[in-house]
Amino acid sequence: MTKTTQPKAARRIINTTLLTAGLALSAGAHAFTVISFGGASGDAMQEAYYSPFTEKSGVRVTAGDYNGEFARIRAMVETGNISWDVVEVESPELARGCFEGLFVPIDWERLGIKDQVIPEAVTECGVGIMVWSTVLAYDADRLPRAPESWADFWNVEEFPGMRGLRRGAKYTLEAALMADGVPADEVYDVLATAEGVDRAFAKLDELQAHIQWWEAGAQPPQWLVAGDVVMSSAYNGRIAAAQEEGRNLQITWNGSVYDLDYWTIIEGSKHVDTAYDFIRLASQAETQSVYSSRIPYGPVNPDAIALLSDKQAAQMPTHADNLVGALAMNTEFWVDHGEELEQRFNSWASR
Amino acid sequence: MTAAMATLEQSPSGKTSGLKAQLRRAERLRKIKAVALIAPLAIFLIIIFVIPIGNMLWRSIDNTELQQVMPVTAAMVQEWDGSDLPNEAVFASFAHEIRDSRSGGGLGRIGRRLNYEDPTFRTLLTNTIRHLPAEADSWTLALQEISPRWGETSTWLAIQRAAPATTDRYLLASVDLKRNDAGKIEAVEQNQRIYQSVFKRTLLIAGGVTLICLFLGFPLAYLLATLPTGTSNLLLIFVLLPFWTSLLVRTAAWIVMLQSGGLVNTGLIMSGIIDTPIQLVFNRIGVFFAMVHILLPFMVLPLYSVMKGVSPSYQRAAVSLGAHPFAAFWQVYVPQTISGIAAGTILVFIMAIGYYITPALVGGPSDQMVSYYVAYYTNTTNNWGMAAALGSLLLLATLLLYLIYHKLVNQKQLVRS
Amino acid sequence: MALQPYSSPVEHIWFWTFRIFCALVLIFLMLPVLVIIPLSFSSGSFLTYPLPGFSLQWYQTIFSSGPWMDALKNSMIVAPLATILAMVFGTMAAVGLNRADFPGKGLLLALLISPMVVPLVIVAVGMYFFFASVGLLNSYAGLVLAHAVLGVPFVVITVNATLQGFDYNQMRAGASLGASPLRVFFTVVLPQIIPGVASGGLFAFATSFDEVVVALFIASPTERTLPMQMFSGIRENISPAIAAMATIMILLSVLLLLVMELLRRRSENLRSTQ
Repeated sequence: MTKTTQPKAARRIINTTLLTAGLALSAGAHAFTVISFGGASGDAMQEAYYSPFTEKSGVRVTAGDYNGEFARIRAMVETGNISWDVVEVESPELARGCFEGLFVPIDWERLGIKDQVIPEAVTECGVGIMVWSTVLAYDADRLPRAPESWADFWNVEEFPGMRGLRRGAKYTLEAALMADGVPADEVYDVLATAEGVDRAFAKLDELQAHIQWWEAGAQPPQWLVAGDVVMSSAYNGRIAAAQEEGRNLQITWNGSVYDLDYWTIIEGSKHVDTAYDFIRLASQAETQSVYSSRIPYGPVNPDAIALLSDKQAAQMPTHADNLVGALAMNTEFWVDHGEELEQRFNSWASR
Repeated sequence: MTAAMATLEQSPSGKTSGLKAQLRRAERLRKIKAVALIAPLAIFLIIIFVIPIGNMLWRSIDNTELQQVMPVTAAMVQEWDGSDLPNEAVFASFAHEIRDSRSGGGLGRIGRRLNYEDPTFRTLLTNTIRHLPAEADSWTLALQEISPRWGETSTWLAIQRAAPATTDRYLLASVDLKRNDAGKIEAVEQNQRIYQSVFKRTLLIAGGVTLICLFLGFPLAYLLATLPTGTSNLLLIFVLLPFWTSLLVRTAAWIVMLQSGGLVNTGLIMSGIIDTPIQLVFNRIGVFFAMVHILLPFMVLPLYSVMKGVSPSYQRAAVSLGAHPFAAFWQVYVPQTISGIAAGTILVFIMAIGYYITPALVGGPSDQMVSYYVAYYTNTTNNWGMAAALGSLLLLATLLLYLIYHKLVNQKQLVRS
Repeated sequence: MALQPYSSPVEHIWFWTFRIFCALVLIFLMLPVLVIIPLSFSSGSFLTYPLPGFSLQWYQTIFSSGPWMDALKNSMIVAPLATILAMVFGTMAAVGLNRADFPGKGLLLALLISPMVVPLVIVAVGMYFFFASVGLLNSYAGLVLAHAVLGVPFVVITVNATLQGFDYNQMRAGASLGASPLRVFFTVVLPQIIPGVASGGLFAFATSFDEVVVALFIASPTERTLPMQMFSGIRENISPAIAAMATIMILLSVLLLLVMELLRRRSENLRSTQ
């Protein structure tokens, strides 16, 4: 070892320290971050929204995904560590977060797209992204006949095998009640009573041994393809993406639960201006039609439907044929009862 | 480092007294230098590691949500005797403070805290804010008009329980206990008990994984230790490559192996053992496969290093004296490897009880261990008190095991020297 | 356990049962690592056998896609910095521990090694709250510090082990010849313990490069590391891109293994020449 080693090593250590200090100083300055539910939908957003936005504005979009864990947003605002800017949220979370002051109220004048989108897309803190649906999906090659309802989903004699359900109370309790013979338009009335909740859990008890719980939207198609489950609740768009791969996955629209997802801006974001530009671009007919042609979720901009082919339009949850027997998700119900039911669901499922 | 250099510079110029004193001084100097060398790491760990964990442990008794968001109400409601309804001043301060709580996530925080007392509390709070009048002559009446629950003492008792700065509710809840309205400790309702079974499950999975690892690892380590060096080095690659491979890669690989259309099921069907695929993943079986695979090297490597040092001659001597080879193996060889068995077993067990990622990815909801609930309460429900309480118990168990491990390994070193 | 010519038939059976058992265990260890590699060349988009066809599209996906490359870049920033920190602190402490005996040394050693023992979730939750209060949450610096903590025990242990055979008279000799303590360290001590320092460093690097629990808690998408991307890939978006990245990471582990082996040989040589 030569004489120069010592200063060199010392210098290296000093450099590292300086570099670390420099990084520490730059802490908190993060790039414009958009969080979605990821998967096939995230890929479609990349193509339809993120890339065009970067091209147009020069601002890079750091894309991330989550599974709707509302608590992460709460923790961010409460601890003052805002690392997300624009987030895709489901409607009950939007209402709850808006009320608790976690989201920036939308200035619709400034956004200037109020007359371009459907009325449901316009809310206090959120801008509609698309209409999606939780459907009963199955692998037609593995079943003797097509299941027609959630009652068939519970019928393990005629359709032996595992079933996939979303790990959470939302959509699962609705499906259980519909399987128990409650008509779609009475589901939320029944679920609002204590007996109704007990009834839903009792129905889940029946099927528990046959349920494989999923958390991420990509799991149901993966499991259906691999044969882990014969039927599953699933986001309709993910199933369509698998169909394009040449797999014989099918959808039963009867008893599907549809809802809107929204863009929202996290309170305390340092990129509010950029967020407005982003949301504006993502609500245009052109970008929305690119998104909906990649994954069949209904656009909130009606002009976008005209840009889709008939075949694509027929796959949308909003298509008239698909709305027969479908249930509109009741946001108010889940805002009021969500936490209680999720808690009960969780201690039920972890047994 | 600088302190060490400074002390070293002094030493040649120091006055020489007796040889003994000089030696003592040199010894002291060495100690100071040693401490100066260790200090940076110790301080670093205390700041970045010990303090954060201590801070987390504190959260298991922390109860300051209400005091932060509604300081006046919290102070006043603590003085209330709990027999009749609180007075108008409490109602008024509550009404004012809840109106201001919407900014900065305050409402979320107290809603969450009060929901632990009664799961419908948040809905009550949000409804109350929605209908809160701008001014009122009597807030007692105004609030009761919004919801009759504000006229019930139980509602205010719940607020009173959330008012002191500390609470034992999380620690009690983490072992399925609670305080009833009279303040006595009792077991929670049957259908809400989960943590005792979660802890039992955690110990069961960790223990099972450890035993399987020992069962698979002991023969393998024995083979590696007794084969000629060249061959054993080659076979050691089979242990070391998985060891160095990312945990996530191996977990993903097990999902691929065990799913219905995966290699294991296909193999079993082709060989005619089963007709239809069996479920091997997203349940307990998958957790065991993946965890044993990931932890097996931690069993094999310490066993191997101990067995390497065991001389085969004792065993041979026993056989030549007429012992059955199996008896010789059991009574002569195995006792000599006991320190390796102990080290490997405790190491694997310690690692296994803290597992989170693997069960989360390959297990179902009823296969999740304590770590999962710590993460769940932190990230999914913001119940930080619960996360801290469960974490404290897990940490306690781990540290106890670590102490035992430390003792055993030290003894092993003593035996060797 | 060599088979003696005079073994009985029962022993024969035991011998072969034992061998076959060990072979099965070795297959169990190796197979999952190998199984995932062919999937990365799948032309389909699901992680299932049989493969629909051969394609390099998934490698193209990860090398051209923003998230995967960003994640790789982040890991390449965080892991080396964390490793250097761990190596500097860890080596100093190990040298100090070997220099003198003092009361509470065992306890101190236990403290220095404890990051390896405490369940990661607890470290993660603790750091999450602490970093949130000091502004280190969602920063590279926070991630580097956290991973340095996790890597330190490996450096302490390996350097400590290497120093067991070190002769301190060499240091005295160096000092008596007028060399400064730093110079003695870099010219006399370091060359001899470098295998230990390096293998500790490799462990620390591998730890940071594979760490996902703490990162999931304290990093935002901006600092997303490779394991975080793998984790969300396995959970949210299961595609052969995972297999492609896994294959690359397996190659990396082969590389780590080789370097480790070289270091081991070198330290053995050093020891035998002493």
